[in-house]
Amino acid sequence: MTPLIESRYSEDQLIRFENVSKFYGDVLGVNRVNLQIAPGVTSLVGPNGAGKTTLMNLMTGLIVPTRGRVRVLGIPASDPERFFRVVGYCTQFDSFPRGVTGREFVYDSLRLHGLPHRQALDGADEAIERVNMTDAANRKVAGYSKGMRQRIRLAQAISHHPKVMVLDEPLNGLDPMARAESMALFQNLGAEGLHVIISSHILHEVDRISDQVIFLTSGYVVAEGQVHGVRDEVTDEPVQILVRCANANRVASRLFCEDHVVEARMHEDTRGVLIRTRDANRFYELLNRMVAEEGLEVEAVTPADDDVNSVYRYLIGSEGVNQ
Amino acid sequence: MSAVAATLTAVRRNQLASVVRQELRKNFLRWRGWWVYLLAFAPALIVGAHAISHMMGMDNCELDEDTTILAGIVQLYYLRLGIFFGCMGIFTRLIRGDMIERSLHYYLLAPIRREIVVLGKYLAGVSAASFFFGVGVFLSYFLMYIHHDGAGRSFMLSGTGISHLLAYLSVTVLACVGYGALFMLTGLLFRNPIIPAVVVLLWESINALLPSMLKKLSIIFYLLPLCPVEVPADKLSALFAISADPVRTWLAVPGLLIVSSAILTYACVRIRRIEIDYGGE
Repeated sequence: MTPLIESRYSEDQLIRFENVSKFYGDVLGVNRVNLQIAPGVTSLVGPNGAGKTTLMNLMTGLIVPTRGRVRVLGIPASDPERFFRVVGYCTQFDSFPRGVTGREFVYDSLRLHGLPHRQALDGADEAIERVNMTDAANRKVAGYSKGMRQRIRLAQAISHHPKVMVLDEPLNGLDPMARAESMALFQNLGAEGLHVIISSHILHEVDRISDQVIFLTSGYVVAEGQVHGVRDEVTDEPVQILVRCANANRVASRLFCEDHVVEARMHEDTRGVLIRTRDANRFYELLNRMVAEEGLEVEAVTPADDDVNSVYRYLIGSEGVNQ
Repeated sequence: MSAVAATLTAVRRNQLASVVRQELRKNFLRWRGWWVYLLAFAPALIVGAHAISHMMGMDNCELDEDTTILAGIVQLYYLRLGIFFGCMGIFTRLIRGDMIERSLHYYLLAPIRREIVVLGKYLAGVSAASFFFGVGVFLSYFLMYIHHDGAGRSFMLSGTGISHLLAYLSVTVLACVGYGALFMLTGLLFRNPIIPAVVVLLWESINALLPSMLKKLSIIFYLLPLCPVEVPADKLSALFAISADPVRTWLAVPGLLIVSSAILTYACVRIRRIEIDYGGE
């Protein structure tokens, strides 16, 4: 993936980690991370303590690498006046300056960008509207629900129209409606060519919106890229394929004779069979022969473990969290 | 100046003003700071009681005597204790308080130089501290002379009286400038400001006993010579009120500003290295 990215994107379009390590005393944060992140939605996936937040904090300069170098669109975080005009970070810290209302919170942030009063006010209102918080904007943040606090922080992070948005667990605490709206917002921003970096435990939702995924565990990046590509690289786990057809039992019995097939499990309605095979190519060849020579009528053939959750399970070893 | 540089300067000015405004809104006139207000206004309450008792004929005192008492209040109370601890309360919270409340990152994630954040917070702190202690000193001055009827009023309005007031107010502001810079730095360097505050208090207290070179590394050394009235040296308290080797008045103000600027510059260097790790707060 890396050479391809390098050929397609210039330095000022990439987020680049070069051999980055971060230690907190003796405790490892992340180790030897080399990444190049292209525009689009990128999800950081891993269990608690994997290093997702550390990676985001390094990306935004809240912490400094012990070794290595981080550049976002070619700009180091040590140049905040340029850096934070293109970067917006919605952290996991559920805290706010004392006594502010939602509107004041976003407005103050824009004033820190150096905007004059009127522009800051308009910018704040626009961002607040984008996260559907207009009705509550004049209330004190201290009285907000967790989901509202999450949304107002999101408004603050997007208020200056950054090119890179870093969002640490942005779906936490949101109700299903707000979650769907936020996901649509992230997807739109990614489609507009922005970098949207998300960490999340909600793997099936991450799977839906991510252009690429970075899998982390114990401070190491274990895989990165598009989910399908990453799944292809996990060769020691049999591939799961679901075949839907009228005579699934015939397919199952035939497949049992094949040495690359590890398991064939009938679906409850007897119109489907789930195959686990060590050689997907040989399986597809066989299925083609059955269609061509035996007249098998196949309704659908779909990979059953070509998603973030399965890849997570294979790479990191435990079930992903699906909320 | 090029157009780009002019724009950058204007943006930084806006940012500085924004930090000052936000800090004043967060910290100015909040119940949490009641003890700072008490430090600022306690002498005025005592002087007010003294004025009432004098007017009711329960207390007999001369105007000169009250002038000396006022000098003692400013030099022994305000400069040594009131402003010292008030500034400790105000300035150590400016950065450490944000870390405790986990909101410092909002500043660090804005396109603003960290030095401007320090400077903005510092200016807000100096404004607030100068306001409270300035009003406290003014009230003490006013109440100290108002009960002397005609003599008191004419002293207050005379050149001497006004020059005393201006000197006390200037010393108050300069004390806030000096101690403010010091406690801004300790708030950055230490999680618990009590221990460094005690060390600084001791250092400032023994200033009169220190060798000439070391004397210059304190705030009180530059403040005392600016006070218009000497506290009599016949008491133990004179040890804390009079410097045996005073700096010349014309050097005191730039000297204090240089020391404060040096401390503030170091605070700016330190904040560039700060990392957000709220876990330890």
